[in-house]
Amino acid sequence: MNMQTAITMTAAETALVDAYTAAIGDLPGEGAVLPARDALLADLRTQGLPTRRLESWHYTDLRALLRSVPALEPTAFAERVDPLVPGSAVLAVLNGKADAKGLPATVNVRTYAESLIDGVAAADLIARDAEDAIGRINGSLVRDGFEIEVPEGTVLEQPLELQLVQSAGQNHSRFPVTFGASTKATVIERHLSVSDAASLVTVVSDLILDDNADITWIILQQQGASDSHLAQVNFDLGTNAKLRLFVINAGGKLVRQEIHGVTTGEGADFKLRGINLLGGETHTDITFTLGHDVPNTTSTEVIRNVLFDRAKGVFQGQIRVAPDAQKTDAKMACNTLLLSDDADFSAKPELEIFADDVQCGHGATVIDINPTHLYYLRARGIPENKARAMLVNAFVDEIVEELEDEGLIETLETIISVWLEKHA
Amino acid sequence: MLEIKNLHARIAEDGTEIIRGLNLTVKAGEVAAIMGPNGSGKSTLSYILSGREDYEVTEGDILYNGESILELDPSERAAKGIFLAFQYPVEIPGVATMQFLKVALNEQRKYRGEDELSTPDFIRRVKEASAKLQINPDMLKRPLNVGFSGGEKKRAEILQMALLEPKLCVLDETDSGLDIDALKIVSDGVNALRSPDRAVIVITHYQRLLEYIVPDSVHVLYKGQIIKSGDKSLALDLEANGYADIIDAAA
Ligand SMILES: Nc1ncnc2c1ncn2[C@@H]1O[C@H](COP(=O)(O)OP(=O)(O)OP(=O)(O)O)[C@@H](O)[C@H]1O
Ligand SMILES: [Mg+2]
Repeated sequence: MNMQTAITMTAAETALVDAYTAAIGDLPGEGAVLPARDALLADLRTQGLPTRRLESWHYTDLRALLRSVPALEPTAFAERVDPLVPGSAVLAVLNGKADAKGLPATVNVRTYAESLIDGVAAADLIARDAEDAIGRINGSLVRDGFEIEVPEGTVLEQPLELQLVQSAGQNHSRFPVTFGASTKATVIERHLSVSDAASLVTVVSDLILDDNADITWIILQQQGASDSHLAQVNFDLGTNAKLRLFVINAGGKLVRQEIHGVTTGEGADFKLRGINLLGGETHTDITFTLGHDVPNTTSTEVIRNVLFDRAKGVFQGQIRVAPDAQKTDAKMACNTLLLSDDADFSAKPELEIFADDVQCGHGATVIDINPTHLYYLRARGIPENKARAMLVNAFVDEIVEELEDEGLIETLETIISVWLEKHA
Repeated sequence: MLEIKNLHARIAEDGTEIIRGLNLTVKAGEVAAIMGPNGSGKSTLSYILSGREDYEVTEGDILYNGESILELDPSERAAKGIFLAFQYPVEIPGVATMQFLKVALNEQRKYRGEDELSTPDFIRRVKEASAKLQINPDMLKRPLNVGFSGGEKKRAEILQMALLEPKLCVLDETDSGLDIDALKIVSDGVNALRSPDRAVIVITHYQRLLEYIVPDSVHVLYKGQIIKSGDKSLALDLEANGYADIIDAAA
């Protein structure tokens, strides 16, 4: 068998290569950027999209699941919407193009296209590892996004909203974000679909938190029912830095949200809170890896899943504790409410611990609506379907409540109840 | 108001018969006390009245204002005015108490074709009712019954009852877990609801509660049947002599 034999490309693989060929003359960046793009595409072309034979893609066979990729639609129209939280500064990416109008003055920001054009971005355009399909697709086709620096000591009183609005075609965006020492901010990464046309959206966000930065990053994914959404957040936490990452998936047909982090400064604390609202035919995967690389760092991960219809969900969570990362404290939980016999959720928690003085644990449960709770609500006059919806809501609301910001909590609660009413 | 006729009911899961030919009539305006040894079926009867699906009625009927309620589900029964204050109120994490009260109240009103309450009107009613029952307003900010003490839960049940203004109130051992002062406060709350168009069934083990909520009739439930009925003096008799004589006489 000749290892060099080119694979037979699937429709989606062909479409990605075609998109590259069609766009390359027009994509920003030359110099070192172009060969970096070429190299990523070459890997994609020779290896194809990942299949279940690769460990990190075992539950999400991307090659089989990504049936088609919409062609580029450079003239499709999308416009900004009101921010989720009134008063937020908005950085909009409309159908893959950053809208450079009205950039906030509180942070240093430029479009990622500029970074590609002057070549600074070339250093970003590498795959994390051999299985990094999202890095490859996004890195070869990336057009825009924002490069953001929050200067040391800055406290943002209002959230910063990264608003990605998609109506058709493809969107490949990047957000390298540096939070300087002692900064405090809430960032909302919001993915919206404004048409029924299928889109492919890939996003890579690279977050660096300097010492004592205290950041809440909320990913609200509300793509359309025929969209594919491939996203990756990479983060690096400095000394005493705190990152709270909320992920809410409430849309999309094929969704893979990767989260990869390392704690590189002592006292760093990471919290992941995930809500997967899965209905219809969706396949939604959250894949998480965290390296506790230095002593005295902490993390907790709580994922709550609600599944209807024929939805499939995946959570892979891997926590690694380096040999000298003593006093690591890491706890991971994944709880699933399966509301349909045809729905299915796979949870794969994994601990790789090389230090001896640590506290690590994980648990995965599948539960049903508590019949006694249901009866109690009904005995007070609440009809069964409404009572059920209240209990499902309660299951995920415990996570939303952790946000501590009343306005934001209410907004997210509304989004969640609207979604549940539509699917229950 | 309530007529239970030759009721037989069993546990749906394993078919064990718990209620075995029970007859009981309670008129509008009446306060009826049900007493009886542990495990005799008092709570089961109250669950069946509320429509809990863990139990199956195999024979007999329950008429409420002349109509059978056996086909109604729990929320319909509640909206028609049947209220059960639970022996063990349920903690429901994640469901905010105020939201629960508002949804319950408005769903019942909707069922009866009444307008929903405005939020200010609702809040005013809750404030008034909780003040009367000396319930700390902070408690209502917590999830439903979560972390409430035993006595607080019982008070919260009576608060729900006061807000929902049911027509048939079933109190299952509401007195257990209440301190002496709370017993008086809760009894006052129940007495305030007494009216000619309302009936109350008080399930209790102790004469003490019946000194505050004075019953018109007292019934002894044993092995799923009412084996003796009388007036309030029957409760005093039981307190003094226990159940043995009555059980022997019925056997
Ligand atoms: N769901 C159930 N599963 C199994 N057994 C049950 C169930 N419900 C009731 N029982 C049994 O039926 C009998 C009657 O129970 P019930 O709770 O009605 O008694 P009770 O008269 O309220 O007693 P207590 O005074 O102790 O509250 C008991 O033996 C109880 O164990
Ligand atoms: Mg009982």
